[in-house]
Amino acid sequence: MAGITSFGGYIPKLRLQRASIADAHKWADPGAAGKGKGERSMCNWDEDAITMGVEAVRDCLNSGGVKPEAVYFASTTLPFQERQNAGIISTALSLGEDLSVLDVTSSQRAGTSALLQALAAVKGEQLDNVMVVASDHRRSKSASPQEFTFGDGAAAVQVGNKGALLEFLGSHSITVDFVDHFRGAGEDFDYQWEERWVRDEGYQKIVPPAIAKALEKTGIKADDVNHFVMPATIGRAVQGIVKKSGLTNAAICDTLHQHCGETGAAHPLVMLLNLLEAGAKAGEIVMLAGFGQGCDVLLFKVTDEISNSRQGNGISGSLANRREETNYQKFLVFNDLVTLEKGMRAEKDSKTALTVLYRKRDMLLGLIGGKCTQCGTAQFPRQDICVNPQCHESHCLEPYSFVEEAGQIQSWSADYLTYTMNPPSHYGMIVFDNGGRFMSDFTDVEVGEIDVGTRIKMVFRIKEFDQNRGFIRYFWKGVPV
Amino acid sequence: MAAGIKDKVAILGMGCSKFGERWEAGAEELIVEAYEEAVQDAGIDTSQLDAAWFSTAMENVNVGKGGIALSTALRLPNIAVTRVENFCASGSEAFRGAVYAVASGACDIALALGVEKLKDTGYGGLPAAEQGTLNPLWAATGSAPGNFAQLASAYGAKHGVNKEDLKRALARISVKSHANGAKNPKAHLQKVITEEQALNSPMIAEPLGLFDCCGVSDGAAAAIVTTPEIAKSLGKKDIVTIKALQLSLSNGSEAAYNAWDGSYFHTTRIAAQKAYKEAGIDKPRDQVSMFECHDCFSITEMVTMEDLYLSPEGTVVNDVMDGFYDADGPIPCQIDGGLKCFGHPIGASGIRMLYEMYLQIQGRAGDRQLSNPSIGMTHNLGGSPVSNVASVCIIGAG
Repeated sequence: MAGITSFGGYIPKLRLQRASIADAHKWADPGAAGKGKGERSMCNWDEDAITMGVEAVRDCLNSGGVKPEAVYFASTTLPFQERQNAGIISTALSLGEDLSVLDVTSSQRAGTSALLQALAAVKGEQLDNVMVVASDHRRSKSASPQEFTFGDGAAAVQVGNKGALLEFLGSHSITVDFVDHFRGAGEDFDYQWEERWVRDEGYQKIVPPAIAKALEKTGIKADDVNHFVMPATIGRAVQGIVKKSGLTNAAICDTLHQHCGETGAAHPLVMLLNLLEAGAKAGEIVMLAGFGQGCDVLLFKVTDEISNSRQGNGISGSLANRREETNYQKFLVFNDLVTLEKGMRAEKDSKTALTVLYRKRDMLLGLIGGKCTQCGTAQFPRQDICVNPQCHESHCLEPYSFVEEAGQIQSWSADYLTYTMNPPSHYGMIVFDNGGRFMSDFTDVEVGEIDVGTRIKMVFRIKEFDQNRGFIRYFWKGVPV
Repeated sequence: MAAGIKDKVAILGMGCSKFGERWEAGAEELIVEAYEEAVQDAGIDTSQLDAAWFSTAMENVNVGKGGIALSTALRLPNIAVTRVENFCASGSEAFRGAVYAVASGACDIALALGVEKLKDTGYGGLPAAEQGTLNPLWAATGSAPGNFAQLASAYGAKHGVNKEDLKRALARISVKSHANGAKNPKAHLQKVITEEQALNSPMIAEPLGLFDCCGVSDGAAAAIVTTPEIAKSLGKKDIVTIKALQLSLSNGSEAAYNAWDGSYFHTTRIAAQKAYKEAGIDKPRDQVSMFECHDCFSITEMVTMEDLYLSPEGTVVNDVMDGFYDADGPIPCQIDGGLKCFGHPIGASGIRMLYEMYLQIQGRAGDRQLSNPSIGMTHNLGGSPVSNVASVCIIGAG
């Protein structure tokens, strides 16, 4: 029985208040004030589709997920046009090298399309389980409508044949070159067409036939669908589809517009997770739809396993872990939407030696240190000779992951001198409970929030941008628990 | 057991340039300025030098790599010049090379000269140091003040010193150094400051404000060393000799092993223990006349006073507030203004510290002359608390 066996989600902690966006633009756009309600999720400067994807997969693995045979990564904001983005996620989480990976992109339905491919692979018994992760960090022009409606986030679902929480019943896909928006190669921003046309000629005419065929294939009646998971930022678009398709209004799921915004290719899965976390019941029918140059419609049945599912932070946990951001200027800086004077200290060249990155990939992407087989000391980095002054044995360290190690701050500072996109730069010594320590950057921290003894966990983040070459360095940072 | 360096090498002459924002001078001019004073003080001719050790740290904004810059600036007689670099302790490394060369008998007379031209970067503060290819890929993105500032959080937590008392003691340290620097015509910063000014200066790296940080300066310093016998044969009186010269380097245990608590310098304690033993000092608080420590930041000076075993552990705040290290206190510290006010041209600093101790022992320190000091100590540190190079040198009369 193919289906979704576990899930995990991640929404960045920062929530830009839409009132702050509206305040910034109302001088030019009197209508902006009307959009200034609620909040949208917003990546910290060091977050992108990959880092959010890592956190979502990690949450999935910590919620009953198992090491997958394949990772399918869906995003329309892949940090690398050429370098397997899914491979960065799998290396960061030490998923091993016997792994098939795939980046799925170019459409807002990339998340549901990746899920369909995973289900097909599992159903066809080519693979036993696949990790599907969808993540988007969409950029929008300042003062654009999208600035209000977009959000940043990620969701991961594991697909397998055993122990499904959601049994896959069937699907139907339609492909039409309906260009509601596009982003040409090398362009920074989407170009949108009129919303009313998108609603009337797009959503209303493309989605209902797909729903009808999916229902027909699975033998499910429209009014038996308990939950209709379909993102749309255009007013009444979903309601129109429901009406045309014979679905019930009660089935319409929360788009999370008020608390999160639309997270692009991730959003169908983000909404699905939010539904599951809210307590979908065994036997209920879930319809999941992704729209973009056509439509994917998938039908699932909630199984008895749902009551046994282990839940991590998920979407609801991430949404609860929030910090209100009222500084619109910070949003512009974090999204590289203003030309910022960074000072001469930011001029240093950050060329990455790819040979070093490869040689030390388990350390630099996977936070793998060592544990001494002689004295048991955990240490980072892993070197040939044990760091314990009472040991110093040679060639005795075996790989040891610090990803899930908890620790606390021994010393710290908030540094206004060193260049960072979010000053002051917080960093300090983390001492891990089970041994090992290192000086680490801290992130998602505001002035006055940390001190000696603050409990810390590690998260995968952007370390540095190489603006000269378009490269991104990733590493792990500490965040207060 | 090695016999050590005590009494084997004498300082024949020393020189030091004016430190500061030397917009008009390049490294080559600073080298000549320091050397001319040293060679005149030594009473020798350049042709009598057997070898030279040359320290610079930031070669990218200075004179580039290698020893050629020194050889060329001074038109040395094609002798060996070794360029050394060991972070901010580079000056002490150059001195160690020259002293060991003389002690070994390989050289009769050797030169140690350090220079740094930092004010060609276009911005305040130190330029970022090159870290190699691996470290930048994972090491915390920090600066010198942020790295040293962490001593404060760890020291406060360990000894139960609240943030206000700690900040006040740090201010007191800077006030003292400014008072001393005001009497030094070669110092970069020659103005006195008040405790209130120090407390209210702009924040650089929590809890260090602007006045907790040393000056970033251009400058050069030089020492010419020889054996005591040769010094006497050259007519030198009031000879100053090396009593101890120790260097200790971190091996990664502070950074990666859970023993060090972050509140002190592991290496400084080891270098100090070895130096006192080499010099025959068993009660440093009673026997050391004065010292220059590596006060790159006020908190560095504060914990170093304990690491040098001058203040018992956990008590330095009281000593600082009681004026123990003031110019008129029992052990004057930074009598020349220190890194804080004399300035910190990195490659020169270790030798600059020795310059002041040398002048003081010879009674040539002008307005800031102390009363009959006999033992002077320098502490020169490079790196950061978590991983560093600590040098302790003791010199004395006779």
